[in-house]
Amino acid sequence: MREITFTEAAREALTEQMALDPSIFVVGEGIGERGGNFNTTLGLYEKYGPMRLRDTPIVERGFVGMCAGAAMTGARPVVDFMIVDFILDSMGELLNQISKIQYMSSGRIKMPMVLRGCIGIGGAAATHHSGSYYPLFVHIPGFRVALPSNPYDAKGLLTTALTGDNPVLFLEHKLLLNRRGSVPEEAYKLPYGQAAVLREGSAATVVALAVMVPKVLQICDELAKDGLDIEVIDPRTLAPLDTTTILESVRKTGRLLIADETFGPCGIGAEISAQVMEQGFDDLDAPIARLNGAHTPTPYSPTLENAVIPDQAAITKAIRDLVAE
Amino acid sequence: MANEDIALNSEQLLALYHMMVLIRRTEEQLARAHQMGLVPGPCHTYVGEEAIAAGVCANLREDDVVFSTHRGHGHALAKGVSPRAVAAELFGKATGCSQGRGGSMHLFAPEIGLMGTSGIVGPSILQGAGAGYSFKLLASDQVSVAFFGDGAVSNGAFHEGLNMAAIWDLPVIFVCEDNMYATEVAFRDATRVQDVAQRARVSYDMAAVRVDGNDVLAVHRAAEEAVARARAGGGPSLIDCKTYRARPHAEGMRDGGYRSAEEMQAWKERDPIAAHAAWLIEAGHAEAADLDAIEAQVNSTVDDAIEFARASPFPDPSTAADFIFGAGG
Ligand SMILES: Cc1ncc(C[n+]2csc(CCOP(=O)(O)OP(=O)(O)O)c2C)c(N)n1
Ligand SMILES: [Mg+2]
Repeated sequence: MREITFTEAAREALTEQMALDPSIFVVGEGIGERGGNFNTTLGLYEKYGPMRLRDTPIVERGFVGMCAGAAMTGARPVVDFMIVDFILDSMGELLNQISKIQYMSSGRIKMPMVLRGCIGIGGAAATHHSGSYYPLFVHIPGFRVALPSNPYDAKGLLTTALTGDNPVLFLEHKLLLNRRGSVPEEAYKLPYGQAAVLREGSAATVVALAVMVPKVLQICDELAKDGLDIEVIDPRTLAPLDTTTILESVRKTGRLLIADETFGPCGIGAEISAQVMEQGFDDLDAPIARLNGAHTPTPYSPTLENAVIPDQAAITKAIRDLVAE
Repeated sequence: MANEDIALNSEQLLALYHMMVLIRRTEEQLARAHQMGLVPGPCHTYVGEEAIAAGVCANLREDDVVFSTHRGHGHALAKGVSPRAVAAELFGKATGCSQGRGGSMHLFAPEIGLMGTSGIVGPSILQGAGAGYSFKLLASDQVSVAFFGDGAVSNGAFHEGLNMAAIWDLPVIFVCEDNMYATEVAFRDATRVQDVAQRARVSYDMAAVRVDGNDVLAVHRAAEEAVARARAGGGPSLIDCKTYRARPHAEGMRDGGYRSAEEMQAWKERDPIAAHAAWLIEAGHAEAADLDAIEAQVNSTVDDAIEFARASPFPDPSTAADFIFGAGG
């Protein structure tokens, strides 16, 4: 199968669905003729013009609220935030309107909307361009949250988002954008709430999110040489979260680590940990471990930036400690 | 009232009267029900402002859409939601227009274009613009109406929504209901420019008029032009309706201290329903008996609605978490 990048895979999903569904339109800053700061819409403006590739003024609250009205009346907006930190200007529209309207209208109004943008720490982007924020959206009823870690998942999860009725946060870690992987040329959908077991093992289970997935996989290949077989799970979507696959794995391994670049308090690791404790306590042979980035705004200087993310040594140590418990 | 060149026939003129009386009586009954404890949550009435909803919505088709505010009972009724469905919703009943999920501030009837009233000041403006975007994208001749109060005019949503509607020529009618207060904050203390139409013209180059919001014919005429413009692809308009709410901000709230008895009395004398009634008779469109007949008919409709709401069942608790998600993804 041909290999393409994460960005190309996601753009292919958008291109295919825009051709099939004339109600899809994209809004964002520089997503028109420019093709998107991260090439998310490259080549689409020439095909579809300004009504469907809508460059906006810098009004995140405004265009998110506007897209809510469009989604409620038969269109299918894709909001391209470029960098997801900018979504914070629109939180009222998201948490108070978009997540609630299907419910408040007793399902009579649909809210088909994709909210996409780059997340994550890297490239000395500093604190206004390095956030991830997904636990906030997982906490709120009414959102789907997709966190693909590879091109195949990116295309399949975005295709599902573009054909469903729900508001979907589609989050793209900036350090994954240029990674290549095998991707079918035809359109396909991946279900939400179905984790991928990327590596089978018996010594411990590691649930890894986004950029932590390739990092953890690489480390586990090294550990295998020492005879440590680690199972690695990528949830792929955080809302809904596939706890069944995680619980099954823990039943086998008895040990669980959640590796997540973003903050620990009230985060995804805390949630997974609580659920495994509630539903799989008897399967545990050791306390559940979490590995998170530092609970701090993201600093600029590379030495500081590296200090706030779990690096290779920290991940390796966390896994070895867990197995030794 | 100075309404010489009226293009409406007697039937239409009486329909406006009928709608205003329907809103008034429904609100009065809901206020009473609230006092009796039959409305478990908040209740913001539209008494005194009926001419705006009636005058605007008379120009809309069923498939045109309305985005409304916390003071939205009148908009819902004027868009065609039955008094039964509105009353039952306020009573928290399964037969309410939001099946008991919403109450006074979350009335939904999307099947007839009521896209929601809202507990948050501002978003109606953005969502109204978004529906306009949809209609333009999908080449539909539907139009979208966003109602909002003077309280929303200083909010960022006003600037962002009007600006987007203007630059993209969206088929939207922005209707400002300036009743001079946002809760107890006077509009004159919230802005240097109380002429909202001027703001729309100067800041966004938008067609905008300022009208007496208590004159149903003036509102109707302004809305007729705005709707025709939007439907013909001529872009958005703003109608700045000057009006006054006759009751407290919400039922059970105090109504003194921030506005004077003289001011309230002066506006009482400009009651939109009494004014329209007097004009209908003077212009020969109706006799007092005709208006009495409308009144009697409305009274029985509203009595029936309240009785329906009272007799309806509460929602099944097991459905409390239904409808959070739609299909797919
Ligand atoms: C964003 C937001 N802030 C505060 C409130 C509380 N609140 C409810 S109604 C209201 C006043 C609104 O005034 P206006 O828009 O003029 O409408 P009116 O009540 O006069 O019809 C306020 C402050 C709210 N609903 N939403
Ligand atoms: Mg007001």
